[in-house]
Amino acid sequence: MDWLLYAGDDTGHKFLLMIIAIVLFVALMGIILFVVDRPRNPSRWFVGFGFVGAALLLLTIGLVYPAIRTIINSFMNRNSTEFVGLDNYIRAFTEPQFLIVLGNTALWVLVAPLVATFLGLVYAYLVDKSRFEALAKGLVFLPMAISMVGASIIWKFVYEFKPAGVNQTGLLNQFIVWLGGEPQQFLLSRPLNTFLIMVVFIWIQAGFAMTLLSASIKAIPDDIVEAARLDGVSGVGMFWRITIPSIRPALVVVLTTIAMTTLKTFDIVRTMTAGQFNTSIVALEFYDQRFRQNEAGLSAALAVLLFVIVIPVIIYNVRQQRLSEDVR
Amino acid sequence: MTIRMASKRRAVALAATGASLALVLAACADTDDGGGEDGGGEATQATIDCAAYEEFGDLEGTEVSVYTTIVEPEAETQTASYKPFEDCTGVTINYEGSREMEAQLPVRVQAGNPPDIAILPQPGLLQTLVNDYDAVLPAPEQVEANVDEGWAPEWKEYGTVDGTFYAAPLGSNVKSYVWYSPSMFEEAGYEVPTTWDELMELTATIAEGNEGATRPWCAGVESGDATGWPGTDWIEDVVLRTAGPDVYDQWYTHEIPFNDPQIVDAFDTAGEILKNPDYVNGGLGGVDSIATATWTDAGYPILDGNCWMHRAANFYQTQWPEGTEVAPDGDVYAFYLPAQTADEKPTLVAGEFIGAFTDRPEVQAFQTYLSSADWANAKAAATPAGGWVSANSGLDQELLATDFDRLSAEILADPATVARFDASDLMPAAVGTDSFWNGITEWFASDLSSQQVTDRIEDSWPSN
Repeated sequence: MDWLLYAGDDTGHKFLLMIIAIVLFVALMGIILFVVDRPRNPSRWFVGFGFVGAALLLLTIGLVYPAIRTIINSFMNRNSTEFVGLDNYIRAFTEPQFLIVLGNTALWVLVAPLVATFLGLVYAYLVDKSRFEALAKGLVFLPMAISMVGASIIWKFVYEFKPAGVNQTGLLNQFIVWLGGEPQQFLLSRPLNTFLIMVVFIWIQAGFAMTLLSASIKAIPDDIVEAARLDGVSGVGMFWRITIPSIRPALVVVLTTIAMTTLKTFDIVRTMTAGQFNTSIVALEFYDQRFRQNEAGLSAALAVLLFVIVIPVIIYNVRQQRLSEDVR
Repeated sequence: MTIRMASKRRAVALAATGASLALVLAACADTDDGGGEDGGGEATQATIDCAAYEEFGDLEGTEVSVYTTIVEPEAETQTASYKPFEDCTGVTINYEGSREMEAQLPVRVQAGNPPDIAILPQPGLLQTLVNDYDAVLPAPEQVEANVDEGWAPEWKEYGTVDGTFYAAPLGSNVKSYVWYSPSMFEEAGYEVPTTWDELMELTATIAEGNEGATRPWCAGVESGDATGWPGTDWIEDVVLRTAGPDVYDQWYTHEIPFNDPQIVDAFDTAGEILKNPDYVNGGLGGVDSIATATWTDAGYPILDGNCWMHRAANFYQTQWPEGTEVAPDGDVYAFYLPAQTADEKPTLVAGEFIGAFTDRPEVQAFQTYLSSADWANAKAAATPAGGWVSANSGLDQELLATDFDRLSAEILADPATVARFDASDLMPAAVGTDSFWNGITEWFASDLSSQQVTDRIEDSWPSN
């Protein structure tokens, strides 16, 4: 049994374990598929359960159960031994430290998706049918390939500060020095630091927005555009009156998808400031409370809060996706 | 659909699930297999008396897992120091180092999957593990005997929770050091100060020659999600000097509030240096740059001549860039951070502790080895580049690699030394690893007053 559970430093052992796990998985799936296919006229329920049963089971163990436990823990004390009612939520909504965290999270959800989507949309519209469209889109899409942590490290260097008179290592401060200014501590003062951290996120997500929106702009039927042009609409009018209404469902899906990603953002803030200088957000704070301060109750309450905030966004997102599918 | 189509789709589905799973598993399996087998100190290996471990019976072929925050490059000397024990007993030590250990250890304990032995970087973590999880096992009697023999009673006390002795100290750090450049001092004709007043006079003298980014002091407290700790060390050192060891004890045990006037005083005294733009932050910027400068290279301006003094622990020795000579006549060296008078020697110390989660004979034997003078000597021999000391009185100082390590060992062994453990490591986690760190960072970053910062930290002290 130990041999199956712990591989230590032995790479060969690890690979063997991996192969065993894969073979087990494939065998299990094979058995399920085989059993489901066995009867001549299987009932729909039987087939349905065969296919989603395993997934349902895993979801229950891996998602539903932990979610319920988290909700219960959020009403318990710091090591989950006593029921404390709403204390954790009251702390989260009254202590100044957490009010800043909630405020930052609100800023993130409101600003980051809007700016990322807007930039992606404008860019997609501008480069549409231009000569270098592929190249231009590639350039904006490239940051998507960089991990959040990698991007954060890059931007941390961009914002880096060295005093006047010493060689600057930060790109932004070097520009300021070239223009004759004093180097600035960018990541120190709120709320500027939060916006500067958001730049990293927007830098990555604008490419995602641009790709999806560009596809839906291309899907606008030519006759609509043609008709509008004959009616004398052009330039900015075309953008607001034709493009935006035509791609509205896609726009909403992009916006809400990015909003959800925003709420999950953890790595950027952790890498850039580790939540220092009042930049922390809920997704980072609950990790810190749980694993650094050992405040299981408070951390669970923050996690539940995050969950509650994200629910309406998900519902809206799913409904819009359905609507846009209906239109097609 | 036809049978053939169905089976073809099935095959594709199988292949796809298999492939994606393989990716996931490969990612999981790809953990670092660090903790190199043989360390740097192979040549100078110590021999030990194996008789001490015979009472644990035949241990040949057994294994002990060790979980620690000590990663490369220190991990190599650590594993090398286990070699004599492994040779004696035939036990294999499985060493696992992770920077995330402090967060992951409680998770593993709760999941019922603790290591055999954890090297705990702070007594605060030991208290959490004992009080919240009831997971650490009391130290076996052989370990207690070793500690009684080799360590001062305070050190034993740090490994004790509610009267039960759990964790033997492993290594020790001396934190009350000021790094400087001996040649810069010599050229300028400056003497190493021996009292606090001399230190302040020297600082004022140096500040008269400020030019460009040059300042008498440099400091930096940025340390990822532990940002702030180097600043708390500064304050603790000053509390020991302005308020004295007794107040220090009342302070970390919360017999006096965190915002007691004597503590506010200590903040202000530290602030006379750290918040004076004429005195800081050499080569790194203004006062607020202390909050953002990385502690690992905050002393580097000394090498460029932009900074004269940098208060940091003995382990800063290993942070200097490669090729920097650490010696009384080298590029950098350190002097003891002076107290009010030259006779007092309050010293801020820290260290790691050995907690055990299982009590198999081989685990207890290894615990016994780690708490012995034999281990301390093996570790000294296995650390040829220096940067390690222990307050174990059985440590043979001749084995230490550098003059500087011997200086640290002397300070630890000096009867005049009044050693006090890093207070932030002893305070409750909500203060010691959170509000104290954040408070000190804010103290630099947003120009809060000492009173405001200490008030804020006092408010965060857990009520139970």
